[in-house]
Amino acid sequence: MIPAAFAYARPTTIDEALQAVASGGEDVKIMAGGQSLIPVMRLRLAAPETVVDLIKVAELRGVREEEDAIVIGAMTTHSDVLSDPLIARYAPLIAEATETVADRQVRHRGTFGGALAHADPAGDLPAVALALDAEFVIAGLAGRRTVPAAEFFVDYLTTALEEGELLVEIRVPKLHGTWGMHYEKFNRVAQAWSIVAVAALVRREGARIAEVRVGLTNMGPTPLRAAGVEAALVDVEATPEAVAAAAAHAAEGTTPSSDLNAQADYREHLAIVLTRRAVTVAAGL
Amino acid sequence: MTLVEEPAATQAPEKEIGKARRRKEDARLITGKTTWTDNMVLPGMLHLAVVRSPVAHGKITSVDVTAAQQAPGVIAVFTGRDFAEEQGSLPSAWAVTPDMVNPGHPSIAVDEVNHVGEAVAVIAARTKVAAQDAVELVDVDYDLLPVVLDMEEAVKDQANLCHDHVDSNTCYHFVFDAGEVGTGADTDQAFADADVVVSRRFVQQRLAPAFMEPRSVVVQPQGDNFTLWSSTQIPHILRVMLAMVTGVPEHKLRVIAPDVGGGFGGKLQVIPEEVISLLVARRLGKPVKWTETRSESLMTAHHGRDQIQFVDVAADREGNVKGLRVRLLADMGAYLRLITAGIPALGAFMYPGIYKFPAYRLEIDGVFTNKVPTDAYRGAGRPEATFAVERIMDELAVELGMDPLELRRKNWIQAAEFPFTSVAGLSYDSGDYEMATQQALELIGYDELREEQRRRRESNDPVQLGIGFSTFTEMCGLAPSRVLGSLSFGAGGWEQASIRMLPTGKVEVVTGSTPHGQGHETVWSQLVADSLGVPFDDVEVLHGDTAISSRGLDTYGSRSLVVGGSAVVKAAEKVVAKARTIAAHLLEASEDDLDFSGGTFSVRGTPGTGIGIQEIALGVWAAHNYPEGIEPSIDAEAAFDPENFSFPHGTHICAMEVDTETGLVKIRKYACVDDVGTIVNPLIVEGQVHGGLAQGISQALYEEAVYDADGNLTTGTFVDYLLPSAADLPHFDTGNTVHAAPGNPIGAKGVGEAGCIASTPAVVNAALDAVRHLGVSDILMPLTPERVWRAIHQGGDGGDRATAGTNAYGGASTETTSGVATDASSLGGDR
Ligand SMILES: Cc1cc2nc3c(=O)[nH]c(=O)nc-3n(C[C@H](O)[C@H](O)[C@H](O)COP(=O)(O)OP(=O)(O)OC[C@H]3O[C@@H](n4cnc5c(N)ncnc54)[C@H](O)[C@@H]3O)c2cc1C
Repeated sequence: MIPAAFAYARPTTIDEALQAVASGGEDVKIMAGGQSLIPVMRLRLAAPETVVDLIKVAELRGVREEEDAIVIGAMTTHSDVLSDPLIARYAPLIAEATETVADRQVRHRGTFGGALAHADPAGDLPAVALALDAEFVIAGLAGRRTVPAAEFFVDYLTTALEEGELLVEIRVPKLHGTWGMHYEKFNRVAQAWSIVAVAALVRREGARIAEVRVGLTNMGPTPLRAAGVEAALVDVEATPEAVAAAAAHAAEGTTPSSDLNAQADYREHLAIVLTRRAVTVAAGL
Repeated sequence: MTLVEEPAATQAPEKEIGKARRRKEDARLITGKTTWTDNMVLPGMLHLAVVRSPVAHGKITSVDVTAAQQAPGVIAVFTGRDFAEEQGSLPSAWAVTPDMVNPGHPSIAVDEVNHVGEAVAVIAARTKVAAQDAVELVDVDYDLLPVVLDMEEAVKDQANLCHDHVDSNTCYHFVFDAGEVGTGADTDQAFADADVVVSRRFVQQRLAPAFMEPRSVVVQPQGDNFTLWSSTQIPHILRVMLAMVTGVPEHKLRVIAPDVGGGFGGKLQVIPEEVISLLVARRLGKPVKWTETRSESLMTAHHGRDQIQFVDVAADREGNVKGLRVRLLADMGAYLRLITAGIPALGAFMYPGIYKFPAYRLEIDGVFTNKVPTDAYRGAGRPEATFAVERIMDELAVELGMDPLELRRKNWIQAAEFPFTSVAGLSYDSGDYEMATQQALELIGYDELREEQRRRRESNDPVQLGIGFSTFTEMCGLAPSRVLGSLSFGAGGWEQASIRMLPTGKVEVVTGSTPHGQGHETVWSQLVADSLGVPFDDVEVLHGDTAISSRGLDTYGSRSLVVGGSAVVKAAEKVVAKARTIAAHLLEASEDDLDFSGGTFSVRGTPGTGIGIQEIALGVWAAHNYPEGIEPSIDAEAAFDPENFSFPHGTHICAMEVDTETGLVKIRKYACVDDVGTIVNPLIVEGQVHGGLAQGISQALYEEAVYDADGNLTTGTFVDYLLPSAADLPHFDTGNTVHAAPGNPIGAKGVGEAGCIASTPAVVNAALDAVRHLGVSDILMPLTPERVWRAIHQGGDGGDRATAGTNAYGGASTETTSGVATDASSLGGDR
């Protein structure tokens, strides 16, 4: 299909972008890789008056290291993420999840920031960001603010981004201690979205699991943390039984939808199985 | 290899038949540097966009086009009312029974709509964008009518009607009873006498053909002539049908199928948009183009399959089958398109498969529902039949406690019994089921797999392994014209070819069998190279334009090589015969004394004499010296009408892993050995098998066109209509046995559908074999992980899926294809 007519702006700096958004009229859409926005526009589910394309905003792209975090520019593409040494070193979970996103073509255009700002519950990166306790740096004409992941994802396709605001970068805190990570994605064909997926981080202390963090993809309108599982795995012996018992709590407090791929009860079941598998791998069991 | 040097002159040129030639057409097809219909740009061309019904069933109470007419760039807007007098009814070419009900199929709805996506108006505009923008400005009001979706409900008394001007939702009731026809024993008696009867209900889900190139039509009016380009499988049939439907005289209409990017039966159709484009071009006197979007395609191009099959098999305790009884409900959708009604009947004769059933009875009810019509899809009727018999044989084996392969062996036709007349009255031509099966067992490493299966069962492994068989045959090479006549099909099944010898010795082959990706250009060149003894590269194959190839019946039903290729060979024989007369004249010898080999005529016993057929072509063009009483031409034309179908067969074996914790199924190994008769090009045969396997596996595991309770198609994009990619398919171990088909000069049986027909039941049988010990005896297709998991853990067949589209793209797939959501339609409208 063909999108409805729209005005197009291509700023080169963050400030220009904010100006373009502010002056774009009633309904302005920011475009990152366009891999979610353009399909929606082509189907005429969105018909923005102005599209502000961030592709030329160089300062939004790339990964840098700070003392206690790595900072990922919003316009860093999925394929950039896959080859980035800082991500490989400090947050391999992001690369592991990104590798399951769509296909090569989409990964060359789609961006880390775009995927997070889009906040599709079936998208793989929101749950990963949530599990990593990432922080979202947001710029507006009035200045910048930082929102923790737990507050960034508000509802279905809705984030803490206010009108006129731009997601600039995502800070991923460096982890201390011995962490294992795993992203367990469940889908029907290679390039499909997650039916359910689980992001797991496990800190081991010798034979014990010291702490875990579990992010759930597509178990509700937003990504979720499996609090029950996390609570059950604080300083316990690292055994398959302990992991399985904890995983049984994975679906608590979730509100998955029913669609062609899965009805809610099956999603709840999947969350339990996949959590067990993800934590088992992350724990090195 | 021989060490003795042979003189070059006596070396026969290498045979082309049997060579794994790379396809000569691929470079242009793959790079897209060719004429796809949508690439065409004509001066002054207008673009069409179709306004489609968002409701599945309703009376049209008003259509307001004023705003659209005034939109920028819009030239005209037409409604069904505007074309009511001239649009006729889209053709239904197969009256399966004399009293079959055809409700009529306007190309643009006039008074009522009967499925979501039905055309209600068409915009003609200067640009595609302007046309698309104006679609939203057309205001149509509908009085909603009850929606008929479920066939089992639709055939009940007092059911809501899909069409209120007909009496019931039943289109036809077709019966084939071998006892009555005299090809078998009394079926009821066979069942009454049987030790064991197994009955099952199988469901063939709806599928979208999902060809790669979306459909596209361009029409150019010139005076009272029209040229229509279409991404169609059937330019020849289309020309006849369009002439009959629209009243444009056949000789004033030229139809061209340029390169066409796949069809799988989905373009074996006369589509509403072809008629609409022709009518708009005629009305405006301007060239027009219509090209669909993928969502439009999924929603409005005809679907395939969609049958409910009630299958009963009777046998004695030793496993000798005694009878087969089949009752089908076949979903026609809302209208009858070209062969909608006939698709289930095409399978009617294949339900007995390769087995010696003494008795057989089949009944079909064609049923109308408020969905897009069904029609041909790769295999068309035969995959359904194969699925039914190959699934029920497994069920019977379980009932009898027999090995599924032993049961098959016990009942299949032995190699020595060919030609064999089946209980459905078909004469199976040749083959050896045992040989193919043996090879397939070796290819897949059967014994090790069974051993592994045993281990996994014993250890209660969460991942179980199953092995499934499908030993199939099908009827190909459509079709003997007389047989088609006896089935009340509206056309014949012959094919036409002509060969033109150009002055420089190059050869043009004109075929009536229009390709849409199969590789005709390569294979026809191989045939002609061997027949005429000319180099492969000297042959050009022309097709798809009714002004160049005036006679033909196009490509479907694995007919091209078997029927169309045979016509080419026959034409080549005529060329050689005509050239022989001239050669004899030039060599001053008797025709009977001439040998023809490697493209050269020579006088027997007189080495060194000889004249090449390519030289003769030049000579006869100059025409300075040729015998009296004959025409100065060695060109020739031939039509070939087969006397019988051909019957490819094969054994397909699938090994399947089932994750019992999640229900995810994964093909571990797949091996098949097909007998497709003589193989002209092994590379193309293997390609056809691979593609067919992908589609057949995909029916088993991935694809389903799903409607919600309001008749909205929720699988409106490829996010929800799931297709596998290479990444999702296993390695295929393929092999062949070769039993030449006796019914055509090439000996080919047809390979276009084999993989697609055979694989679906092998895959489902494999999955069931993996979890049968857990109490599972059936799982609905596609085998989604959810269904497999439910069948294992909750019993039953996995049950219906939720109809809501997934939420990827913000639930786009549901919203685009639907305009109406009620509480019943579980669209997830809150998203
Ligand atoms: C075929 C296909 C398959 C896919 N499969 C998967 C999958 O399996 N898993 C998965 O996770 N994803 C999948 N995706 C989505 C992919 O990851 C997208 O790239 C991603 O969701 C959006 O990223 P984008 O850069 O393209 O964003 P865009 O489409 O450009 O934007 C998406 C939304 O975010 C907003 N936005 C973007 N950047 C900013 C910013 N800096 N500040 C504020 N708002 C912003 C836009 O306004 C828009 O609303 C798939 C996409 C396709 C086309």
